[in-house]
Amino acid sequence: METIIILLTGFLFTCGFYLLLRRNITRLLVGILFISQAANLVILVLPGLGSGVSPIIQEGQTAPPPGYPDPLPQALILTAIVIGFGVIAFALVLLKNAYRDLGTDDLDSLKNTDV
Amino acid sequence: MEGFLIGLAAVAFGSLFWPVIAKRNSVWAGWCSAMVPLGIFLWLLTQGGAIGAGSFPKWSVEWVPQLGVTLGFRLDGVGLLLSLLVTGIGSLILIYGGGYLKGSPQAPPFFAFVHLFMLAMLGIASSDNLLLLFVFWELTSLASYLLIGLSHQESAARKAALRALLVTSAGGLALLAGILLLGAEAGTYSLVALQNSGDLIRNSSLYLAIFILVVLGAFSKSAQAPLHFWLPDAMAAPTPVSAYLHSATMVKAGVFLLAKFLPILGGTEIWHDVLTTTGAVTMLLGGLLALAQVDLKRLLAYSTMSALGTLVMLLGLGTELAIKAAMVFLVVHALYKAPLFMIAGVVDKAVGTRNITLLQGLGRPMPMLAFAAALAAFSMSGLPPFVGFIGKELLYEAQLNATSYAVFITVLGFAANAINVTVALKVGISPFRRRGTIPEINPKARKPALLTGPLLLALAGALFGLFPNLLGHGVIDMAVRDIVQRPIESHLKLWHGLNLLLVLSGVTVVVGVLLYLFQNRIRAGMHLLLERVPTASKTFDAGVQGMVSVAASVTRFFQHGNLRLYIAVVIVSLSAIITASLVSTGWSGPPQGGPMRLVPLGISLLTVFSGIAAIRSRSTVMAVLAMGGVGYGVALLFALFGAPDLALTQVLVETLTLVLFSLVMRALPPIESQTRSSGRRRITDFLIALAGGLAITATLLAVRGAPIPEAQRISTEMAARSLPEANGKNIVNVILVDFRAFDTMGEICVLAIAAIGVAGLLLGSGRRNLKAELVIATPLFRTAVSWLTPLLLFLSVFILFRGHNEPGGGFIGGLVAGSGLLLRRMGNADHPFHAPRTPLLFIGTGIAVAVLSTLPSIFLSEVFMKGVWVGALWLPLVGITKFGTPFLFDIGVYLVVIGVCLLILTRLIRSETPKSLSFP
Repeated sequence: METIIILLTGFLFTCGFYLLLRRNITRLLVGILFISQAANLVILVLPGLGSGVSPIIQEGQTAPPPGYPDPLPQALILTAIVIGFGVIAFALVLLKNAYRDLGTDDLDSLKNTDV
Repeated sequence: MEGFLIGLAAVAFGSLFWPVIAKRNSVWAGWCSAMVPLGIFLWLLTQGGAIGAGSFPKWSVEWVPQLGVTLGFRLDGVGLLLSLLVTGIGSLILIYGGGYLKGSPQAPPFFAFVHLFMLAMLGIASSDNLLLLFVFWELTSLASYLLIGLSHQESAARKAALRALLVTSAGGLALLAGILLLGAEAGTYSLVALQNSGDLIRNSSLYLAIFILVVLGAFSKSAQAPLHFWLPDAMAAPTPVSAYLHSATMVKAGVFLLAKFLPILGGTEIWHDVLTTTGAVTMLLGGLLALAQVDLKRLLAYSTMSALGTLVMLLGLGTELAIKAAMVFLVVHALYKAPLFMIAGVVDKAVGTRNITLLQGLGRPMPMLAFAAALAAFSMSGLPPFVGFIGKELLYEAQLNATSYAVFITVLGFAANAINVTVALKVGISPFRRRGTIPEINPKARKPALLTGPLLLALAGALFGLFPNLLGHGVIDMAVRDIVQRPIESHLKLWHGLNLLLVLSGVTVVVGVLLYLFQNRIRAGMHLLLERVPTASKTFDAGVQGMVSVAASVTRFFQHGNLRLYIAVVIVSLSAIITASLVSTGWSGPPQGGPMRLVPLGISLLTVFSGIAAIRSRSTVMAVLAMGGVGYGVALLFALFGAPDLALTQVLVETLTLVLFSLVMRALPPIESQTRSSGRRRITDFLIALAGGLAITATLLAVRGAPIPEAQRISTEMAARSLPEANGKNIVNVILVDFRAFDTMGEICVLAIAAIGVAGLLLGSGRRNLKAELVIATPLFRTAVSWLTPLLLFLSVFILFRGHNEPGGGFIGGLVAGSGLLLRRMGNADHPFHAPRTPLLFIGTGIAVAVLSTLPSIFLSEVFMKGVWVGALWLPLVGITKFGTPFLFDIGVYLVVIGVCLLILTRLIRSETPKSLSFP
């Protein structure tokens, strides 16, 4: 199963890289999102996917059920998702302002540092 | 020694204090501030006896013992000589500068920097620790830069200042390297200790490197050819600065350094050859270049260069006689060059020009100045009974007695001396002789402050000439003794009898006068010559220009401004590095993994289709929707692989991101065909992307070949302690708010900063159109929202409370609540649900609560942010829940996330180009 997810991750990275190389800024942003999804999947898949049980201790037990997935990467991914949201929001607004001020969304015509 | 250090402190304080006084009255500031160096001068005189008897004043305290840096001060004979010059001439310069710069805006900075400089020079003269000496050494470069650039409105002054800084600080770097090598070799940075282990250094394999580096530092400071060119340019400084730094003191620092290093590095063949040759060349070159000048200050600057060459040459010869000649000449030169500079400044002030071909007839209106000028000029020409005569006799004696090339050196010395006579006549005599009408004198040039310095110094030159042993038996003897490191007894005499030296002196004066009489022709000839020869100054400028243009082209190559190219380079190099490391580590077997399951496989396939759709789509909407598809697919995978918290978070964030995109997309054009790349470009890009993707896939497969066993996970310990110690069953949440709470603290801060950044970017667009908000004002929507928002808020609180034991927690709860408040806002824009500051209030309160939750752990437990539990409570729907600081922390996270959602989304709703989505 891990192999499938790894292949999916690689595919998402490929899509993300391809979108990063587009001239349109919106696609650049979509590419960034693809890469952040793929990065989260990397963290999830590396320690092993488990059999589908959650790392939650059941009622009356003191330890999580056997075969539970590693909870630490999950905690990392959780914060990564939320911070990714903040970053994307920032990038989107930057994009909007750039288009408003420069009148173009073509990356090839954005070559100067100053307006 | 304490007296000296108090003096240093007074000078340092003076650089802050006197500018304030100088702003009101610079003349007063000059007279008063001169008392400080005068005091140090007198104190130094009282120390003469002790230093002569071999008990050196010293003081030291550890500064950075790990690096061997000691605040170690020690005054020996050479240091005493330099300190006397610095303070004696310094106090006169302060008086002169106060008068010269009266009413000028340059007066306050002059006083600030000149005191800084004086401090640095006294530090150089008295430092025993080489690293300390280096600090002061650099301080003189810096002070010199600031002083040369006092007229910073003029580009010539700025350029000259920068040139001086570049040359002297490059030399400083060389010196530092030399000092470090020396310290590494000898195991000490103390000058005294080093002077006692000279043989060790001279026999070291590093000797050559140390020698070259130290000598480079000294040569750059003392303007030796070919590093001399900054000195004439430094004449852009106001005259008091030129008189002080660039004739009498700073340029002597290099000579001083060489004198100090003579017992350490001297006595070798290379020392002799390099110093003698460079000194002789500089001596002659300075003289020849002086012949071409018409500006008083430049004339003096080149003759200073010549004098510095003489000093270096004498130190190179290294005999006791040569050292003595050098020390006497050091004093002699300061005593005539400083007054001549000051006189040049007064002349400039009096008639507004420094051109020697225009100056004449100043003797009648300014007799005292003419008197001082004549005294200084006679001393410079080496006429008896002035001290300059003694200096020149000693010079010739040392040159004639040189161990090798004596004749050659003497001839060069003769030429330089003859030119010196000419310069003296041009500067000290010619402007005062009457050849035409008597010029008008600017009354500003008639001030006691302007006359005191030149007169006193010139008189001192005459006095020491008449009573040479005032100088000789005192400070000169001590200085020579501490350089040659053995006691000496010298007798300076004015009259040596009728011998070869006297004849040489006489012929020198005659030739000098001849050179003066034919000055116009010589000058014309020199000009013709200089036009054909590339000067050091031009070469240096070309070098700097070349460096800048190489740097610019390198920058243009790497910083081309094409984002896509940057990205492509990053991806390609990343793949290359990954591939290389994969190849070198080898393959550790096929990936190990769990059994294949059908549902995740299907979802993976759906995600792949979404990805393809995103790539192939021609419209923004399609791309964004496909992106959402990928996001939800990943969320489902999270859910299927036992990560319910992640699945919940991902779904919520994905939804909010889609809302965000759709809000921003209104302001963006659709993906147009004109920004489409060519087919070939697309193929190239695809290959690059594929390379990156394949590299990452290969890495993951390789890493999965040897996964971490369950027992070795970091989280195994966390899972075991989760319930007993942290009272939580949801291990992911426990990690977030307890085990790794400090990380989470950092993360919510980052989130808050990002949100505030977004709000800041949108500030300009938001305020203008407060009313033009996106409103979905359909009755159905409003009705739904009026029920939905309270429900979502309630749900969010529920999620927050159960989070410690079930999927949920502050992040997820916050996102739910944020969505609820946002819906409310979109349905009801006419009556804003919250004031503009409310999101910031949420964020601020959240962070405050989170910080507050850390306080108990600080006082009650030794581990920062370790949970402190207070008790349990039964809550409806949630059940029995234990309360403690981690829960409080989670509430902080909850509030921050709500604030962030509100801040980002509500600010985006306000648009400056509103496209109303309302359906009335």
